[in-house]
Formats: sequence, C-alpha cells, structure tokens
Amino acid sequence: MTDTTRVIPDRLQSPLQRRVKSWESLLLAVAVAIFIVNSFMSPYFLNAWNLSDMTFNFTEKAMIAFAMALLIIAGEIDLSVASIIALASTAMGAAVQVGVGTPGLVLIGLGVGLLCGAFNGVLVTRLGLPSIVVTIGTMSLFRGISYIVLGDQAYRGYPADFAFFGQGYVFWVISFELVLFAVLALIYFVLLHKTNFGRAVYAIGNNPVGAEFSGIRVARVKFILFLLTGLMSGVAAICLTSRLASTRPSIAVGWELEIVTMVVLGGVSILGGAGSIPGVVIAAFVMGLVTFGLGLLNVPGIVMSIVIGALLIGVIALPRLWDKWRAHAAKG
Amino acid sequence: MLMQADHMPSTSGTQGTQGDIPVLALNGVTKTFPGVTALSQVSLQLFAGKVTALIGENGAGKSTVVKILTGIYQPDGGTLEVDGASVRFATAQAAGDAGVTAIHQETVLFDELSVAENIFLGHAPRGRFGLIDTNAMIERAREILAGIGANIDPRTRLRDLGIASKHLVAIARALSIDARVVIMDEPTAALSQKEIEELYELVETLKAQGKAILFISHKFDEIFRIADNYTVFRDGALVGSGAIADVTEAEVVKMMVGRDVSQIFPDRERNIGAQILVVDGYEHPTEFAEISFTLRRGEILGFYGLVGAGRSELMQALFGITRPSGGTVLIDAEPVTIRSPADAVAKGIVYVPEDRGTQGAITALPIFQNVTLPSLGRTSRNGFLQLAEEFRLAREYTRRLDLRAASLDTTVGNLSGGNQQKVVIAKWLATQPKVIILDEPTKGIDIGSKAAVHDFMAELAAQGLAVIMVSSEIPEVLGMSDRVIVMREGLIAAELTGDALTPETLVRHAAGI
Repeated sequence: MTDTTRVIPDRLQSPLQRRVKSWESLLLAVAVAIFIVNSFMSPYFLNAWNLSDMTFNFTEKAMIAFAMALLIIAGEIDLSVASIIALASTAMGAAVQVGVGTPGLVLIGLGVGLLCGAFNGVLVTRLGLPSIVVTIGTMSLFRGISYIVLGDQAYRGYPADFAFFGQGYVFWVISFELVLFAVLALIYFVLLHKTNFGRAVYAIGNNPVGAEFSGIRVARVKFILFLLTGLMSGVAAICLTSRLASTRPSIAVGWELEIVTMVVLGGVSILGGAGSIPGVVIAAFVMGLVTFGLGLLNVPGIVMSIVIGALLIGVIALPRLWDKWRAHAAKG
Repeated sequence: MLMQADHMPSTSGTQGTQGDIPVLALNGVTKTFPGVTALSQVSLQLFAGKVTALIGENGAGKSTVVKILTGIYQPDGGTLEVDGASVRFATAQAAGDAGVTAIHQETVLFDELSVAENIFLGHAPRGRFGLIDTNAMIERAREILAGIGANIDPRTRLRDLGIASKHLVAIARALSIDARVVIMDEPTAALSQKEIEELYELVETLKAQGKAILFISHKFDEIFRIADNYTVFRDGALVGSGAIADVTEAEVVKMMVGRDVSQIFPDRERNIGAQILVVDGYEHPTEFAEISFTLRRGEILGFYGLVGAGRSELMQALFGITRPSGGTVLIDAEPVTIRSPADAVAKGIVYVPEDRGTQGAITALPIFQNVTLPSLGRTSRNGFLQLAEEFRLAREYTRRLDLRAASLDTTVGNLSGGNQQKVVIAKWLATQPKVIILDEPTKGIDIGSKAAVHDFMAELAAQGLAVIMVSSEIPEVLGMSDRVIVMREGLIAAELTGDALTPETLVRHAAGI
C-alpha cells in the first residue's frame, strides 16, 4: 500500500445541486407553464372544484404508474395493467350479483390484481420469457375473460358505501382518490429511494447479471414488482369501478399506454436503470392538466391524444437537442 | 535469466524460400495505450504458402497484432509492408482490400442470414439495377464451399449450423474476397477432435493455394503439426522466430514464459492455518468432473489452465451461478448447498469475476453503491438505507485498496479498469468473506494497479483469508500461489507445490504434453 493516504470525498455535488439540474425540475417548470396557460385560456380553470375534478384524470392511472415505474426501472414492463382492471372489475361486478358487500368487493379487487400480477411474474421469472411478450399476451387474455363473462352487458348495482372510493371526499375538495394517490406516492417514494429493495431495483435495471453476481435475488425482486403492479391495478380497479358505478368489459381500455407514457414522461428510462417517483408524480399532474385544459376548451378526445403524444416526444427530445446544440456551439 | 540470447534462433534463413519477399510484414512496430505498451518494436513476416504460428501467453500482444494487421488499430511506430512495399491500413476496409482477412475466436457472422449471404455480405455479385444477383451468389458460394470440401448448402440459415460449420463459412467468406493472408485466431478452441482434423486439412488446402496463414494458438501439438514458421511474443516484445523444424516444444515453452518472476511479486509471510473449504467429487454435466481439492486459511491457491479448461465454470458453480450435478462442498467442516450467489455470499464465498463490465460491477451506479450492494443488510436499518453508514463502509474499503477516484459518488464506469477492479474487490471484502475467488484478477489492468492487487492479495492471505486465484498468466500464478492446481479439459491435471512448480511443468500439464 502507498503511504500517501489520500481521502476520497464522498460527493462533489450535493444532492440539492443535483436536484436543481434534474429532469424533475424541468418537468415541474413545464407543469407550472401549462397551469398558467390554462388559467389564461379558460375562465373556469381557476376554480377549486374544477381543479379537484381535474385530479380524477390521473389519480387512478398514477397509482399504477408508481408500480410500473419500479418495474420499468428494473428493466421489465407490464402492458396487461388495464386488462387486470377489467378482470378485477368484472370479478367485483359478478360478486355484487351474489350479494357480496363492500369489504368483500375490496378483497376481491385486490386479490384478482395480485393473482394476475403473480401470473405475469411466474411467466417472466420462472420461464424466462420476455415481459413485453408475456404481458401483451395476458393483456388479451385478461380482458378476453371479461368479454366472455359480460358480452355487451354491464354489471351495476354496487352497494352505496362502495361509492366512497371513487366519489367520496375526505375534506372539502380533497377527494379520497387524491389522498390515496398522495399516500401511495409517499409509500413508493420511500420504497424506491430509501430502502434496500429500491437499491436492488436500480441495480437490476442497470445490469441484471451484475446484480445477480452481487448476491441479489433478481428473480425474487422482479416477481415482487409484478405482484405490486398487479396489486395497484386492483386498487385502481376498485376506485374506477366505484367512480363509474358500473363494469363493462371495455373499462379502462388503452390505459396501459397512458400509464407507460406517464412513467416515461416522468423521466424513467424505458431501457431501465434510471428514474424517480417525484418525476412520475409531476408527470401525472402534467398529463392531468393538459387533458383537463383541453377538455375545458372543448377539444375532442382524438386531438387530446395527439397533444399528449407530441408532449411526450417534445419533452424527451428537447433536452437532447439542447445538449447537441450546446456541444455544437462549444466546438465553434 | 537471459534466455533470449540462448534460445532465439536466427531470424533470417529458413523462414521463406531463399530470397522470398513476405506477403505481409511488420517491421519494428510499436503500439501503446494509456499506461500500457502493448507492442514494442515487434516484427513478423508471413510468406505465401506458409503457416506461421504466433505464440505467446495471454497479454503478450497477439490480439493487438491481429488488430494492426486488419486495420483496426494503427501502429504508433514501425512499418507495415505488403509485398515489400510500405503500406498503411487506415481502416478495416483497407486491410480487406489488400487481401488480409481474419477468422476470429468468435467470428462475426450473422445468424439470421443464409450461408451465401454471410459469405458475400458487403461484396455480393450485382445484377441489373444494382440489385443482388441471388442466383449467382448462391452458385459462387457453392463453388467456394466445395473448394474447401465443406458439404454445406449455401441456402441454409447460419443459425442452423454447428460451430464447426460456422467456422467453415467464415473461411469461405475469407476466400470469397480473394484473401492472400488468412489470420486464424484460436480456430480450434471450440472444435471437437474430428472437426480439428478437418480444419488441418483445410489449412493444407489453403497453403496449396498459396495463401499466407497466421495461426494463433495455445496448443503446442497443433502448432508443431501444421506450422512452418513460428514467432514468439512475450510482454509485447519479440523473443524468437524461425522455422518450426529447428526448435523443440521445450524451447518454445521457455521462450514463451522465461522471465525473472520473483522481483515483481510481494514477498509474503506464509501463515497457513486450518482447513476451511473442502470440495469433493464436484462435477457438472458438461464443464468439469472429478474435482476434489481443499483450501486453508491464509493460503493462496492458484488455478492454471488453458482457456476453456473449465476453471471459470468451476468457480461459478462454487458461487452458485451454475448448478453442479454432483459432489459436496464443506465450509468449516459443514456441508453447504449453494443454489445462488446470495447463498454463496451468506456462506462466506465470494467471487470476483473475469468479466468486470457485466458481471463484476454495475458500472452505471456510483462507487459507494457498488461497494455496499452485497452488504446492504449490514449498512441498513430494518431494510431502510442509511447513506452515512454506506459511505463509511465504502470509504473504509476503498481506502484499503488505494482506490483513485474523484469522489465516492463517481459512477464506476468512469474509472480505469484497474480502479474498477479495486471497487469489485472492495465490494466483496466488505462482506467479510471466508473464501475469496479471484478470476483473472489483473487481466487488462495497468501495471500499477496490478501491483496493488497483488500486494493486496498477499495482505488478505496474511490476515487469514483463503484465496483462490484463477489466472492464465504464468508469472502471476508462480509469483502469488502457495499451491497450484492445473486443469485440463474439465479435469484436474496436476496439483503442484514447491520445486515442482515451474513454468515448464505448468505448461506441460495444461497442454497435456
């Protein structure tokens, strides 16, 4: 060993400095800008009840997006989430027909979500199949079961107290869903950023082989992530079914892409290994604000999806273009 | 130990036919990389219709030579000559145009394309409108394959062929561009005995066609069987060349390994204690069998062998990466079952892999997170991270290894190979293991870091850790090990200690001479 004992500093850049320069800051600026533009474009925007309604555009999707963010950071994906909602909602609807009460319905919703997540997880981690293929398959499978059970019918007749999950308010304009969203955001923030489990998720996403060689039980972690995504789909199914007070097999159709969009917009690398929960939270607000603002302006749904798509590409491309332009300018 | 003077036969004379000009030659070529001189003033001549064997240990500079000959690297000094005229291969394309082609250890072919497409990729015969003339391509592929005696349908998809047939396709590709110089880099490494015989016949065919062949191999039997000339490199320098008929195997071995090894390795106190690891009758369906050995505290046990002898596979089975099919492992006299690396770490066995980039480190994560990854159970509280504790552990172990980095928050990918290796070793020491397995611990790292790793291994052994070192570098094996197990083709070929431990015995047992 050399006798010059040099001390390596822990950090050169404080976590605060890093945060200021981060993706999340950029996204927050975008959210504020959209908020300001919206408030000028429509006189109805700056109204507490309208803003409260706005949050329903993203709360249910965001619940799933938190779990999806972890899954994508770990290098996997679950495209069956919207179909899990359909299957869970169908199961709850069927249970209502035989007189199951609200506590039973909640258990059924969560249970179906967990089972679907376990099914995906077993196929991916035990059989070693690629998750994108597995979950495209189960996307058709789960919703297919709903269609077989319901056809063009719908389940109704949910108990009155079941309505609280999707329609209830905890305090003034603060809905139960918004509170649940905030609590889940906090739980997932702690799970991803403050625990050993979260560290393992990042390690697996960056290098699954290296993680395995470092003594991490990679398959177990991935299986838990699929379980969590299924569970959150079950939670979202309870909220959405409660809000709509009915179940059709087309419930939540197309949500998987909006959820993945939310996750990617939040700065999670689609290749895995990077991303944060605060980013996803802000992205949820951005998407909610855009959808709501366009809704107030009576923009049709088709145009909305065009705007969301353009926003995603724009927000992701701009920093890269900026970097290229700066590198070009630096060269002279 | 001045072996060069004694054992280097004259470089002139019997190599080509009298007065022949080499098809391709390197004259006094030097190549340096940051911190490493890969080649120093080396010369090499390849003659038409002759097979020249290039011999050297791992790290002797063989692959650098191949890369210079094929235009991938540019030499820093010296000249390259084709037919006696000085040339410069600025790109791989330029080398190909000059008729130089290489068949690598893992040949770059395309599994999803047909055999004919693989042979003619980039120079397919063109028909009208500049479109590829598929029929002409298949016909010419058929001719070339028939010319080398390969019974392969050119329309077959490559993925449906075995490894030996793929080699033949690679050779056909080399011939399709009218190669004058064919470089074969360990062509027999993955072949069965029968396939090797077929390859020898093919080499004879190529010779008869007047191709100059550079044959790179570790295996002395095949060198002496098919080569006409030899060139030996050691540590990036030429130590001998001449006609193969003028030397014996023993002389070549001496040229290859001869070096004063005692100076550069730490003298250490041997403090060998109680037996800690006992492996008995360990076997794997394909990679190794009948492996039994013991390891004591404070001991450094070297594993030597040729590439493919099954050493890494054995270590990865001990570490729980692959599942053995039989045998027992005892740690501290307790039988253990290891099904995953997590199990191995829990039992006190850790493994520093050869492949740092993918297996050893998670290069996108910062240093401190890499160091603490297997020790999170100790640095955390109830599963919650404690950054201060993590930095403390990372600081302690990186300091012991004399890591050079801007900060502990630097991503590992930004470090040099030597410093990355220190991070991987620090990561495992932080788990306070009983047995540490180091697989080619100094491969591809600079001299300074090498010495640091060697010093540190000695220190670990002195502190009572049991060390297994897999190494293909003979000086390292001799300089560091208390005892050496030589493996050949998945079996233990010899266990050597004391006076039996010489470069010659190692090479003989490893090659089965």
